[in-house]
Amino acid sequence: MTEPVLSVRNLQVEFASRRGTLRAINGVSFDIAKGEVLGVVGESGAGKSVTGLSVIGLIDPPGRIAGGEIHLAGLRIDNLPPEEMRRIRGKRIGMIFQDPLTSLNPLYKVGDQIVETIRTHLNLSEQAARRRAIDLLAEVGIPAPEKRIDGYPHEFSGGMRQRVVIALAICAEPELIIADEPTTALDVSVQAQIISLIKRLGRDHGTAVMLVTHDMGVIAETSDRVAVMYAGRVAEIGPVQDVVRNPLHPYAKGLMGAIPTLAGDDKRLVQIPGSMPRLSAIPRGCSFNPRCAFAFDRCRAERPEPLARGTQSVACHLYDTAPAETAA
Amino acid sequence: MLAFTLRRAIQAIGVMIAVGIIAFSMFRFAGDPVNQMVGMDTSGAERAAIRKSLGLDDPVVVQFGRYIGNAAQFKFGVSYQFRLPVTNLLVERMPATLELAICATIFAMVSGILMGVYSALRRDSWLAHLFQAVSLIGISLPTFLIGVLMIYLFSVTLGWLPSFGRGDVVHIGWWTTGLLTVSGLKALIMPAITLGLFQMTLIMRLVRAEMLEVMRTDYIRFARARGLTTRAIHFGHALRNTLVPVITVAGLQFGSVIAFAIITETVFQWPGMGLLFVQAVQNVDIPIMAAYLMMVSLIFVTINLVVDILYTIVDPRLRSTVSRAH
Repeated sequence: MTEPVLSVRNLQVEFASRRGTLRAINGVSFDIAKGEVLGVVGESGAGKSVTGLSVIGLIDPPGRIAGGEIHLAGLRIDNLPPEEMRRIRGKRIGMIFQDPLTSLNPLYKVGDQIVETIRTHLNLSEQAARRRAIDLLAEVGIPAPEKRIDGYPHEFSGGMRQRVVIALAICAEPELIIADEPTTALDVSVQAQIISLIKRLGRDHGTAVMLVTHDMGVIAETSDRVAVMYAGRVAEIGPVQDVVRNPLHPYAKGLMGAIPTLAGDDKRLVQIPGSMPRLSAIPRGCSFNPRCAFAFDRCRAERPEPLARGTQSVACHLYDTAPAETAA
Repeated sequence: MLAFTLRRAIQAIGVMIAVGIIAFSMFRFAGDPVNQMVGMDTSGAERAAIRKSLGLDDPVVVQFGRYIGNAAQFKFGVSYQFRLPVTNLLVERMPATLELAICATIFAMVSGILMGVYSALRRDSWLAHLFQAVSLIGISLPTFLIGVLMIYLFSVTLGWLPSFGRGDVVHIGWWTTGLLTVSGLKALIMPAITLGLFQMTLIMRLVRAEMLEVMRTDYIRFARARGLTTRAIHFGHALRNTLVPVITVAGLQFGSVIAFAIITETVFQWPGMGLLFVQAVQNVDIPIMAAYLMMVSLIFVTINLVVDILYTIVDPRLRSTVSRAH
């Protein structure tokens, strides 16, 4: 097997606060292969965005990466000096943020922002960069790009602005794109277009995509694999069909149960009782145990580590009963 | 865009007419000007002759119309104390005040923006804390006190800089400038700093606050995610967004700089319009006071207009809303 584009091992992110250190990410590991789309789901505050930001090296103080390793195509990037990390941002890792309305500088033409980014990373002349910018705008589906390139961000609609943001993220042909809730701020009809755009770009360029969202529908449509995060840990990770059809972790089961079906049977949607713990009060053992219907003594004492279970990997003591299957 | 500019210009004219009413009413309510002009032993017939020659016998409306009509041609009558046309007096002194105000504003903008940017980007450095402390002094100490303290230090104690006057000036047409002689430049330093200090602290604090605000925005975070250099982010993206409100404040402050040059000019005996105004007040020289009022208003109104237009140049979003709204 070839080396994964992104490999995160036992990542820990801490935030120093007045009431002590809060651990937002506590031992997260996952890989993304070339051309693969990994969906990352979870409730607000589960650590999805923080994971994305630590990969691209944009965790701001008081936050810091406290442990673990991040490798980009074999190169360890979590401890690079700021200037070297800056060169990787935008060139080898592209990022798409949630709100396209505020992601672009309102005072600069979109073309100037794209040209600026291209020329920061690639050794191109002004004209060549401009031509490339027009091609990029065409590629992300902006009509009449040679005219629109001289428009200001406020002259674009939300969906069009998100396309510009995507063009900016891919302008230096990155190996990895981190999309942090790229569709949350958009209309439903536009969401589908943006999702298929991201998917197409990933396929055409062999770009690995880390898609952070809390929308299971988006994940099911786009992703090859999915990681379910809860309270700063990966609860379950595996191929998207398997995790959606046959979730193993009680939390993942709860999440899948909360998706309405098109068939429209009158069943009430399942609700997971309680809410996610605050970072300052994460329970001992499995952080999900107070909300879990299947919790037993071990869950309240010992933190579960990820166990391989077929194509999936799940961090739950319920599956630790058959040692033969966990031997991987 | 043109309609917008025109509408603003018409509003400006309205403001000027209102100010004209106030300026004119000063003549009516500040005592009999003839008494100010003549000696104790002037006969009643002579007084009446002066009154008639000044047109003070005409109805109020006629006098007002004449006043506004003349003011529109920059004729403000004859000074009671100098017996010279007020316009000549003002024009003669205008270069001194404008040079002082412009130098003070440049000083305030350059150092204010530099200090503001520095203290926003290196928020916890000792220099940033020092700037904050200095700005507190600048904003709370009155201008005349700073002027007097500077005179004491640099003129009286150290003897480096002249304590009053404008130094040697060079005439270029009707304009006189002190910028071309060494003594003129030396004489300019202290008044300009004194006059600009308050604006400088204001701009510094404004730039710092705005810059911190802008650095927190999504587009700065996205600019970092695009891998732009720190310099491009700070000075290309953050500073330009910071400057929109700074232009307004600095522009509007330029009017106050000219208006409040009165104090600085008095402290440093700077031969400008402010000093002329203070002397006029002491001598109840109403034509000068009224003309000064009109002129300062004109400067304020013009600056407001220019700032409005500048806005649309800096911020493209306003350009389209402006043209859409009209």
